[in-house]
Amino acid sequence: MSLTLLNVVLAVFIAICFVGANAAYLVWCERKGAGFYQRRPGPMENGWWGLLQPPIDGVKLMTKQLLIPGGVDKAIFMVAPVLAMFPALISFVTIPFSDNIVAHPIDVGVLVIFAFAALGGMSLLVAGWGSRNKYSMISSVRAVSQTVAYEIPLLITTITIVMISGSLNLGDIVQQQLDGFLSWNVWPLHKEVGFNLLMPVSFLILFVCSVAETNRAPFDLGEAESELVAGFHTEYSSMGFGLFFMGEYANIVIGSCLITILFLGGWSCPFGDLGIFPFTHNVGWFLLKIYLIIFVFIWIRWTFPRTTIYGLLNLSWKYLIPISLFNLLLTAGLLKVF
Amino acid sequence: MSAELVLSGAIFIGLAIIIPIVMIMTVMLGPRSDSAAKNDPYESGIKHVVGHADQKFSVKFYLLAILFLIFDIEAVFMYPWAVSLRELGVFGLIEMTVFILLLLTGLIYILKKGVLNWR
Amino acid sequence: MSQPIELQKDETFVLNVGPQHPATHGVLRVKMTMDGEYIYKAETVLGYIHRMHEKMAENRTYPQYMPNMGRLDYLSAMAFNHGYALVVERACGIEVPERAEYIRVITVELNRISSHLVWLGAYVLDLGGFTPLMYCFDDREQILDLLESVTGSRLTYCYFRFGGLYNDIDDEFITGTRAFIIRMRKELKMYAKLVTGNIILMKRLQGHGIIDKDMCQRYGATGPVARGSGLNYDVRKNEPYSVYPELDFDIPVNDGCDSYARYLVRMEEMEQSLRIIEQALDKLPEGPVNPEKKPKLIKPPSGDYYAAVETARGNFGIRLVSDGGKNAYRLKLRSPTYSNMHLFDEACRGMLLADALAFMGSLDLVIPEMDR
Repeated sequence: MSLTLLNVVLAVFIAICFVGANAAYLVWCERKGAGFYQRRPGPMENGWWGLLQPPIDGVKLMTKQLLIPGGVDKAIFMVAPVLAMFPALISFVTIPFSDNIVAHPIDVGVLVIFAFAALGGMSLLVAGWGSRNKYSMISSVRAVSQTVAYEIPLLITTITIVMISGSLNLGDIVQQQLDGFLSWNVWPLHKEVGFNLLMPVSFLILFVCSVAETNRAPFDLGEAESELVAGFHTEYSSMGFGLFFMGEYANIVIGSCLITILFLGGWSCPFGDLGIFPFTHNVGWFLLKIYLIIFVFIWIRWTFPRTTIYGLLNLSWKYLIPISLFNLLLTAGLLKVF
Repeated sequence: MSAELVLSGAIFIGLAIIIPIVMIMTVMLGPRSDSAAKNDPYESGIKHVVGHADQKFSVKFYLLAILFLIFDIEAVFMYPWAVSLRELGVFGLIEMTVFILLLLTGLIYILKKGVLNWR
Repeated sequence: MSQPIELQKDETFVLNVGPQHPATHGVLRVKMTMDGEYIYKAETVLGYIHRMHEKMAENRTYPQYMPNMGRLDYLSAMAFNHGYALVVERACGIEVPERAEYIRVITVELNRISSHLVWLGAYVLDLGGFTPLMYCFDDREQILDLLESVTGSRLTYCYFRFGGLYNDIDDEFITGTRAFIIRMRKELKMYAKLVTGNIILMKRLQGHGIIDKDMCQRYGATGPVARGSGLNYDVRKNEPYSVYPELDFDIPVNDGCDSYARYLVRMEEMEQSLRIIEQALDKLPEGPVNPEKKPKLIKPPSGDYYAAVETARGNFGIRLVSDGGKNAYRLKLRSPTYSNMHLFDEACRGMLLADALAFMGSLDLVIPEMDR
C-alpha cells in the first residue's frame, strides 16, 4: 500500500464518517422501528420521513449546556463519554468489510475487539463512579457485573470458532466460509468438524452475549429507567449524553459485525461466488447481514420487558457458561475425530 | 506492514482529536448558567439528600467478580491452545479437557455454595 | 426461592425514589434504606400533591364540590363522581331514575376499563417494555372519545348530578360502545398472547411481591390488590349499590398473592366490565335521566351519612357529616390506594430494588387520590 498523507487522511475520514453516519442513522432506524412495532409513524417532521432528524438532534445536543454538577469528580466525569465512544470506533480498524476493505488486518483481531469491548464496559463504571449520584453508583455496579458475566461465554464461544479456523485473524475466519451458506459456521454440518449440533446454540449464545454486552433491552440494566432514572448517564447532559448514545450504537454495529464474521460468513455471498455482480463475495453482503442483525436487535428491544439483574447473572453463570464450555470440548473432540 | 501501522495509528490520532473537539465545541456553543439546585446531584428532586454517593456501598456481586477473574484467565489460556490445537494433538485435547472439567467443578461448587442465590 | 439474604444494617444508605422518579408515576416519595440493591426498609412520604380536598368540602356548596371528585383520581373519575353523588342522594333522599342508574353503570365501567388500560401500559413500561403502552393508549383513546361525546371532558369528568346526570346518552354512544366491546375483546386476547404469556414478565412477577390475606386485612387493602390475595371483596357485590344487583358478572379472585395474581385479576376485571356494559346496554330503559322532583338547594338534614363504591383501585368510601347547612360540616374520603400503599413497607423488606418497583407498580398507585 502506498502511503501518502492524502491516503491516510482519506482513510481516517471514511472510517469516521462510516461510524458517525451509522451511529446517527441507527437512531433514526431505531425510532422508525419502534414506531413500526407500536402502530405509529415515528419521526416524520424533519425532512422526508424524518430523515433529517439525526443531524438536527446532533446540533441540538451540541448547543445544550454541558452541565457538570458540583460534587462530581471532574476529570473522570469528562473522560467517561469519550471512553464510551473511543473503543467502539477503534474496533472498526480491524473489522474486514470485504477481502480488501480493512484498515489494518491484525493477526489477533478477535482479541483486539474484545479488549476494546471491555474498555467500553469500563466507561460505564467510570461514568457511574464519577457522577457521585446514587442511581449512577448502583448502575455502574450492575453494569460491571453484567459486562463481566457476559464476557466469558462470549470469549469461550469465540474460542470454538477460532479452533475451527485455526486463526485469530477475522479475515482468515471469513476465508473459510466462502463456499455458500452451508459452509457458514452457524450450521451444525461443517467440513472441519463434521456434525456438531451445538453450533446454532453457540450462535444464539454469542447473540445473547452481544445484546448484553451492548447494554441493550432486555438486558439494559445499567440504564433501567424505571428503577435507576437513567443509570450511569443520569448526570450527563448535552454531548456527554450524546457520546454515550452514539457509543451504544457503535457498539451494536461492532457486535453485529462480529456475529456476521464469526458465524454468518462475513462478506461471502450465500450462494457461493456466481461471478455475476450482486452474487459475488462483496461488501454489500456484509452490510446486508449486519443490518439484518441490527434489525433483530431493534426488534428485541421493542418486544421484551427488561429482565432483572439476578435473572441476567443466573442466565450467564448457570446456563450460558456451562453450555459454551461443553460446546468447546465437543468441538475440540470432533475436530480430532474427523 | 509499517504502512498499515501508520494508517491505524492515524485513525487513532484522528479519533483522539475529533472526539475531544466535539466535547469542547459543546462547551463553547452551549449556554452557561449555574444555580445551586442545578449543581446538586440528581436524586429524584430531593434537595437535602441523606448521605453521599461515594460512601460505603455494599456490593453483592464481588464473589462473581472473583469468579470472573478465574474464568477470564482460563479463556486467555485457551486462545493459544485453540489456535494450535491441530499441532498439539490428542495430548493437548486431554490436557485441556482436564483443565476445563476442573473449572466446571469449581463453578458447580460455587453455585452450590449459593453465590447466585437471590431473593 | 432460597434462604433470605441477611442484610447488614451498618452498610445501608438512603435512596430517595421520588418525588421525581419515573417509577412512582407522580409525586410520591419513597425513602428507601438500602443495603446494596436490597431494600432494608421503605418509608412513604406523602404531601407533595396535597390540595386539601376534604377542607374544600367544608367551604363549598354540595354541587360546587362535585368537580373536585374528578381531580382526586384522574384515572377513574367516574367512580368517584358516583361515590359522591351516592352519599348526597342518600342524605337528601333523592330518587334516581332507572335510566340514569344504567347510564352511570355503563360510564363507570367504561372508565374502569380505561383506568386498567393505563395501568397495564404503565406497568409493563415499569418492567421495561415500552410497546404495550402505545397499544393500551390506543384502546383507551376509544373510551375517551366515547365518554367525551356524552360528558364533554376526557379525563376529569363531572358528569353526575345529584339524582341524575348532566345529559342523556344518544344512539351514537350506544353503537360506539357496542363496537368498542367487540374491539376490546379482540384486543384483550392479543394482550393475553403478547404480554401475559411473556416469559420475562412471568419470571419477574410470579413469586415476587407477596402479600397474604392477613396483611391485606390488617392494612385495609381493597380492590384488585386484595382480590389478588384471595380475598373475595368487592363493594359491587358485598354492599350493592345502583343497579349492580340486576346485572350478572363475576368478581375475579386469585389466590396467587403475588404481583402476577394482581395482574391477572385486573386483566379479568376488564373482561367482566365488558360483560357489565353489554348487559346494561341491553337492559337500558327509556325515560328521563334526571328526577322530576329535586330540591332546588341541596341541604342534607343534619346527620351522618356514608356511601362506598368500587373504583378501579378498590373501595372508595365517603363519609359526610351534615349540620343541615349549605356546606358539609365534615367530609372524609377513604381512598383505596392510600391503604394499598401502606403495606408496601412491610411487604418490600428484603426485596431487590427492581422487584420492589415491579411490586409497587402492581399496586396501581394514583398519587393525587392517595394524597388528597
